[in-house]
Amino acid sequence: MSAISREEVSHLAMLARIDLQPDELDRLAAQLDVILDAVATVTQVAGEDVPATSHPMPLTNVTRPDEPRPCLTQDEALSGAPAAEAGRFRVPRILEED
Amino acid sequence: MTVTDTTEAVLAYDDVVAAYDPVLGLEVHVELNTATKMFCGCPTGFGAEPNTQVCPVCLGLPGALPVLNARGLESAIRIGLALNCEIASWCRFARKNYFYPDMPKNFQTSQYDEPIASNGFLDVELDDGSTFRVEIERAHMEEDTGKSTHVGGSTGRIHGADYSLVDYNRAGIPLIEIVTKPVEGAGERAPEIARAYVSALRDLLRALGVSDVRMEQGSLRCDANLSLRAKVPGAAPGSAQQRAVPLGTRSETKNVNSLRSVERAVRYEMTRHAARLAAGLTIVQETRHWHEDTGITTSGREKSDAEDYRYFPEPDLVPMSPDPAWVDELRGTLPEPPPQRRRRLQTEWGFADLEMRDLVNAGAVELVEATVAAGAAPAAARKWWSGELARRANADGVELAAMPVTPAQVAALQGLVDAGTLTDSLARQVLEGVLAGEGEPADVVESRGLKVVSDDGALGAAVDQAIADNPDVADKVRSGKVAAVGALVGAVMKQMRGQADAAKVKALLTERLAPADSTTDVSTS
Repeated sequence: MSAISREEVSHLAMLARIDLQPDELDRLAAQLDVILDAVATVTQVAGEDVPATSHPMPLTNVTRPDEPRPCLTQDEALSGAPAAEAGRFRVPRILEED
Repeated sequence: MTVTDTTEAVLAYDDVVAAYDPVLGLEVHVELNTATKMFCGCPTGFGAEPNTQVCPVCLGLPGALPVLNARGLESAIRIGLALNCEIASWCRFARKNYFYPDMPKNFQTSQYDEPIASNGFLDVELDDGSTFRVEIERAHMEEDTGKSTHVGGSTGRIHGADYSLVDYNRAGIPLIEIVTKPVEGAGERAPEIARAYVSALRDLLRALGVSDVRMEQGSLRCDANLSLRAKVPGAAPGSAQQRAVPLGTRSETKNVNSLRSVERAVRYEMTRHAARLAAGLTIVQETRHWHEDTGITTSGREKSDAEDYRYFPEPDLVPMSPDPAWVDELRGTLPEPPPQRRRRLQTEWGFADLEMRDLVNAGAVELVEATVAAGAAPAAARKWWSGELARRANADGVELAAMPVTPAQVAALQGLVDAGTLTDSLARQVLEGVLAGEGEPADVVESRGLKVVSDDGALGAAVDQAIADNPDVADKVRSGKVAAVGALVGAVMKQMRGQADAAKVKALLTERLAPADSTTDVSTS
């Protein structure tokens, strides 16, 4: 059973900003199917008595006090940036002109 | 295509409300005034050098782990309680995935289908004193984004920019997003109700002490959704018959950053929607940008599948399950609701409705309250703040609360007037000295030599001089034309350079000019 369509892969690729070629869409759709099927086997094991869970640890309410901690310096913050200007991260223009 | 010069047709407002029923949806983002960000210990102060209040967590560096700010959670719950919401007994954060350089993680940590607070309401007082209830859908926790500066292009706006520069100091500052249910039944008052809601919410958040609520600095931001549907002839705006008509397509006007703009933007969108509908066109569901200068909105990006956020529970933050006893404790910390508080103070102070409204609009209620607490009579406190100080604040273009004078100083100044040390006009000169940073009122009285002269010798000499200088006037008074004494009072005040009590001067003059057999009333009142 094919759960993932070629269109869905194309849509996800667009959302993830990954440029995929037509042959890659077909190949990845098939591979994603296999991955989803593998994960789906979990549902065969989990009965109605096992609730869906998002967190593996039975923890709640982990907070920290509202007290400032040291920050990075501007130079440290920008040290990994491909481009910087005026103390800020320089990024390509955000929207294409339409 | 350039977006800024698109002018759309609008319909006259009276025609809009005659044919259509407006439905509002208001989303308000409020930045909390916590000392640190929502998920890391970076400080939140406004105006720091760019990218100096950042760390691996808020820069989204690999491996960095967020931890929730306890005070952020507490503020969120208090806001929820103040909005009469239910507080979730268990809820989680979610990742809102999108690619935009203002969030370096490529997702915003937010809440999706499990908000901390839901199903509340806020009663909003309108200008005519009536109350309109706005239902609250939810209030949820999230984080603010970084700040982008668009460089190049002709307009400095996002469209046409060559590149953008991003400062992440603001990224991660705690935000609470408060979303109304569709606001129905507003009718022709929709623009006013939108403004009054944001105003009431701002007052409430200020009273809670959870935010600076400065719209001009962006710590309170409003997005206004509006749709129109056909008006049912003869049906009241909020009637079941009118509510049965399906909602129209909405537009969302972003980041309207003043109360006045909220009202104007809603009104404009109503006239724009109506013109399209009347011409048989459809409404495009889209984001609109409000332009303060021209008073119109223009199209932003259309809602499309690019806004497929693929929410999922945030694995790096554990669920929240606030202890009901703690929630009850927080309920006990809620302030008196601002409208009730205003009514109570108005009664205590004995102010007329208009006087009180002026104080509220001037942002002076707290200032007057503090001035009264420091010992001034309410009427005198009101006179200073909504008179002389409001005038000066207005002239200087600053908020009243930002004037460099404290309520205690205003109370001390009034105390000097009450004690007869200063006349009103001298007190205004002393205030000028206080505002100029010359010290406390008493210091300014000394340094500027502004005290009322109460030395009867000096005053008596000035009175005698005035009588001698104006024999004709003096004769008139002696012959019974008591009103003529005003000219002599003026002469004495001039000689005393204003530093005399006019009532006392008048009494002295009347006494000296009374006919020997007179029964003239020398009362100074």
